[in-house]
Amino acid sequence: MSSQTEERIVVGMSGGVDSSVAAALLKRDGWQVIGVMLRLWSDPGTENRCCAPDALIEAREIAGQLQIPFYVVDAKESFYKEVVEPFIHSYAAGETPNPCLSCNRLIRWKFLRSRASALGADKIATGHYARTQTLPDGTIQLLKNPDPEKDQSYFLHLLTQDDLRSTVFPLAELTKTEVRQLAKEYSLAVAEREDSQDLCFMGQGDYRKFLRERCPESIQPGPILSQDGELLGEHTGLADYTIGQRKGLGIAGPEPYYVLQKDLRQNTLVIGAKGSSNRREFFTHEVNWISGNAPQEPFPAEIKIRYKSQASPGLVAPLKDQGARILLDHPLPDITPGQAGVFYQGQICLGGGTISLEAP
Amino acid sequence: MNTHTYLDYGATTPIDERVLSVMLPHLQATFGNPSSLHYWGQQAERVLDQSRRSMAAHLGAEPEELIFTSSGSESDNLALRGGAVARRNAKGSNRILISPIEHPAVSNTARQLQEQSGFEVDLLPVDKTGQIQLEKLEPLLKADVALVSVMAANNEIGTLNPIQEIGVLCQAHQIPFHTDAVQYAAHFAMDVTKLPVDMISLGAHKFYGPKGIGALYVRRGTPILPVQTGGSQEFGKRAATENVPLIAGMAKAFQLVQEEATQRREHLSALRDDIIQQVLAAVPDSKLTGAQGNARLPNHASFVFSGLDGNLLIQVLDSEGYACSSGSACKTGNPKPSSVLTHLGYSPDWALGSLRITLGKDTTREEVDQFLRILPGCVARVREVAA
Repeated sequence: MSSQTEERIVVGMSGGVDSSVAAALLKRDGWQVIGVMLRLWSDPGTENRCCAPDALIEAREIAGQLQIPFYVVDAKESFYKEVVEPFIHSYAAGETPNPCLSCNRLIRWKFLRSRASALGADKIATGHYARTQTLPDGTIQLLKNPDPEKDQSYFLHLLTQDDLRSTVFPLAELTKTEVRQLAKEYSLAVAEREDSQDLCFMGQGDYRKFLRERCPESIQPGPILSQDGELLGEHTGLADYTIGQRKGLGIAGPEPYYVLQKDLRQNTLVIGAKGSSNRREFFTHEVNWISGNAPQEPFPAEIKIRYKSQASPGLVAPLKDQGARILLDHPLPDITPGQAGVFYQGQICLGGGTISLEAP
Repeated sequence: MNTHTYLDYGATTPIDERVLSVMLPHLQATFGNPSSLHYWGQQAERVLDQSRRSMAAHLGAEPEELIFTSSGSESDNLALRGGAVARRNAKGSNRILISPIEHPAVSNTARQLQEQSGFEVDLLPVDKTGQIQLEKLEPLLKADVALVSVMAANNEIGTLNPIQEIGVLCQAHQIPFHTDAVQYAAHFAMDVTKLPVDMISLGAHKFYGPKGIGALYVRRGTPILPVQTGGSQEFGKRAATENVPLIAGMAKAFQLVQEEATQRREHLSALRDDIIQQVLAAVPDSKLTGAQGNARLPNHASFVFSGLDGNLLIQVLDSEGYACSSGSACKTGNPKPSSVLTHLGYSPDWALGSLRITLGKDTTREEVDQFLRILPGCVARVREVAA
């Protein structure tokens, strides 16, 4: 990012330290920065954590400090249609969805890019910990942040060449410590908010309660079976459980039980000992290839099956209709339908898709 | 974005230098409480009296008919709450008639009086420009009406109302008539010896006075109860220590309007007419909202554009250096169409794309010309997003 001459850029701001420092760095580098915050839907009576009033106040304060314009863009309706509804449907289909993924692609990038173009800016920026590099042929690669604890490329695997061409990641290779240090240097008035595991649109609530209210038919009690088909108890509804879950099963056994499988057709929950559901093979559908071209041949890669999991070596075989078959070198527990499987080769994020245990 | 051109004088105005210089001594030297008996109190009370007499004289009113408040909104609240309840106590009448395009300070107050105090609230018929239809008004002025409230000029669409004629009708039926003149008073002198209005709301910051100060004219004999109770300031109609510096500033700003209104109007209406003509010509699928020509505020041009996100247009114009409004300021809320435009029959596709340009006495022709040059391109860019 060399010094620019008053080129406009729209930066997505959340009031947090990452996007605030991103905005400050852009300003330092000579961009004409415009801050934008998206207003997202939340369960009535709660505030969406990504745009809560205090976050709004903080983002506006930062924008004021940096002397950049700051606008709030209403994306509630789109967010509900494109993130919340699919989230409910995905749970109803027995999956464990990650709504942050669809939010990035369908809301964040779409809104920021369209607003940017109206505001006369060719580029957008976010405070994600990730990098890009442009190859001689013009292809843009998405690269990891070197800090494995902070790398967020997993969340960006759905971006296209078009998205990447118009995106700047000012944090690029910085570590969280460096970002905090920069916030101090620029005297940015950012509060340190705890990273929350809650979903942004549910406030403090539990997703189970949320689903019961919105999709009660998806939560019907049914049998809990062993792998041999032995009846061990009753579950409260499949959506209440996640593959690999151990706590809250309420069934004593010779060794701890884990959720192995959710059989939607039979409405049964299959549980068993740790490791007994480890698998090497799974599939991904709706795969996005960041290069824009699906590989023709199987290739070796490292695969991440959750944001916080280690990448595991294996083989990725592209299938037709944007599918892929993954064969890991070593079996893994907790391969969860609805989460994303993301493919890497070293630092390069190649793309990824939604995990399924069945061939697409 | 290096230059900023302010075209949102309907939202607020900067304090005139001449007003500021009147205010400053009273922030420190004449800091006393007008209710105090000592020297400082007397000095402050003198400034208060002078200011009240000055404003009253410009209105053709008696000093005792002018109550200082904190804002135009508070004046509206006092007129409706204090006026309607006092009238009901006196006559038993419990119906409030308001126009459907009132500022929320009136419409939401009326709604609360309906929901919590047992009043009936009816909306008066208006034409497509939001103007009260006089011939339909008279049959509604029955004995059970406690109060009629119709704004003199609408903030969103600029339409003026025939307050003289409405006042005559209300007077004939002996019904108190209140008008919210917060926008109107920035441009027109008013003389209550000729204007048959019983209560008039004013707010200083719309006419180059300070924020946080307003006034309510209450014609002698009009029943009214205090809403804010406490001490006996403002003839027992509004308790609180008088804000002497702001009151002095309001009086000075009001004086300047009376002296300069004619010349300001000439300057503003010429620019306004150019804006209206050129925007309608240069922007496809555009409509003027509110009344034509001199039936609207002299500094006010308002439009709707179909298929466009009005809030985004404001942001885009801001990023080009022009501060405008969509008509009713709601910068973070839901993108709901304005209730005024909806009432006037605009579909959401049009009503969501509203733009209000309000000029100030120091707005130059160059600024307007530059604005008109960039506006069509900005509209086109914002329409692309919706497409």
